[in-house]
Amino acid sequence: MARITKEERKQGIISAALKLFSERGFYITTIPDIAQKVGMSVGNFYNYFKSKDILAKELVIYISEYLGAEIRQINERDITTQEKISEIVSMYFDMAEEKPEMIEYFLRVYLSNREVFSEGCEGMICVSAFVTEMMMFFDDGVAKGDLRNQDFFSAFGLFMGYLGGMVFLFGEKILPEPLEWYKKSISQNIYHALKAE
Amino acid sequence: MRSKQSNKPKLLWIQGVTCNGNSHSFLNLPSLERLLDSFELLYHPTITTKYSLEDITECKIASDIVIFEGTYDPKMKRNDISIEKLLHFYAKNAKYIIAAGSCASFGGMFKAVSPERNSGILFNEEQKSGPLCSLEKKVVNLSGCPIHPEWMAYVLEMIAIDREIVLDELHRPVELYSNLAHHGCTRNEYFEWKVDTKGFGFKEGCLFYEQGCRAPMTHASCNKILWNEVSSKTRIGTPCFGCTEPGFPRRNLFRTQTNMSIPQDVPLGVPKRSYLTMTGIAKTFHIKRLEGKLIDYKKTH
Repeated sequence: MARITKEERKQGIISAALKLFSERGFYITTIPDIAQKVGMSVGNFYNYFKSKDILAKELVIYISEYLGAEIRQINERDITTQEKISEIVSMYFDMAEEKPEMIEYFLRVYLSNREVFSEGCEGMICVSAFVTEMMMFFDDGVAKGDLRNQDFFSAFGLFMGYLGGMVFLFGEKILPEPLEWYKKSISQNIYHALKAE
Repeated sequence: MRSKQSNKPKLLWIQGVTCNGNSHSFLNLPSLERLLDSFELLYHPTITTKYSLEDITECKIASDIVIFEGTYDPKMKRNDISIEKLLHFYAKNAKYIIAAGSCASFGGMFKAVSPERNSGILFNEEQKSGPLCSLEKKVVNLSGCPIHPEWMAYVLEMIAIDREIVLDELHRPVELYSNLAHHGCTRNEYFEWKVDTKGFGFKEGCLFYEQGCRAPMTHASCNKILWNEVSSKTRIGTPCFGCTEPGFPRRNLFRTQTNMSIPQDVPLGVPKRSYLTMTGIAKTFHIKRLEGKLIDYKKTH
């Protein structure tokens, strides 16, 4: 059997930590909990991440880069702005269903425990890959005349706040239907709210 | 009618549709007298010269160097002689043809008078389709609105000492136009940390984000070879208008064009994605020293 590489080990820690943090919360989850879940000693864990705070920041960067790469693929496709909106919504909801820990972590840990991220993760630093890709999407949409030229954060908040809210409701088991069911109407709503007049 | 008294290169300055801005700028050259000593000035519209406009429009004198100022309008006349005839006569006999200013280089401001007819002498904006295409090897473009007098002095001095003038793809001397107007801007630290200026005329802050500054995508040495030897647009708090580029004049010169707050154009050669990543991160930091007036920051009170 092939030996597990250091990178694979690191990935294992990231997956386990994401699950634990998003299920139990950041403060309750301890490093021994994470080490136990991946089957390594606490001492060995520190070879990968020097502290829980550093791990927390790495996780945000990991999620941001994952989301950024997914949106970039959509941005680079030769489809209309309206189709791109549907693709982004679809990708985000699929991710919330298939890898709920990623978005849960983002909503419940990153956005809710700002003190953990106040040093080294200020502003856009840790989420830059994701936000940059949304900027590319909006810039292209306005340049093509499809979207109304307005303030970035007004548009960004409408798009991502809406998706985040729906995923939160999904996570709380409040939504009567699966996320898939909402994809079309939410994509339409976002497009109608942002499209050029 | 070639002069027998002088072996100096003959120099002639003629004009198409122009505001005289390049002539006026040229007259501000501190070393003007010394520079002109190296040439036999046949004609210039605002300097007393050997020949009058009437003499020049007879099209009998040849000149080694022809400087053309203003937009080329073939139907415009000087002393009842068309610019088309004047330019072609002097251009075919010259060794060098210098387009003085953006109008002569690319069409510029006065192309708008008759956009389908007017152009620069070699270029029509970025298209090489002007009247001197067959003589293109002789043409040096000095774009700018107006040109800096030292830029003209550089070209004339290079000709006087018989040195090769290396040109870019738009026939501008690389020595003068490989720089961007951004190089040497005193606001560069504000650009690095993405700190906007609070308005026009302030010493602090960068003019790129709101005030329309085109310096990071404009080939010019305005912040390297200073104007009146002391200043530049950006140094006094006015945006660079990108006046040396073929697309000049643009609309809304005092406002940055944005798509959802994202600059439509980003610094030359920088991928937009990379630029946005870097900008977002730089904007995160709040540097107190760069937030207020610099002189106040160090005041002890």
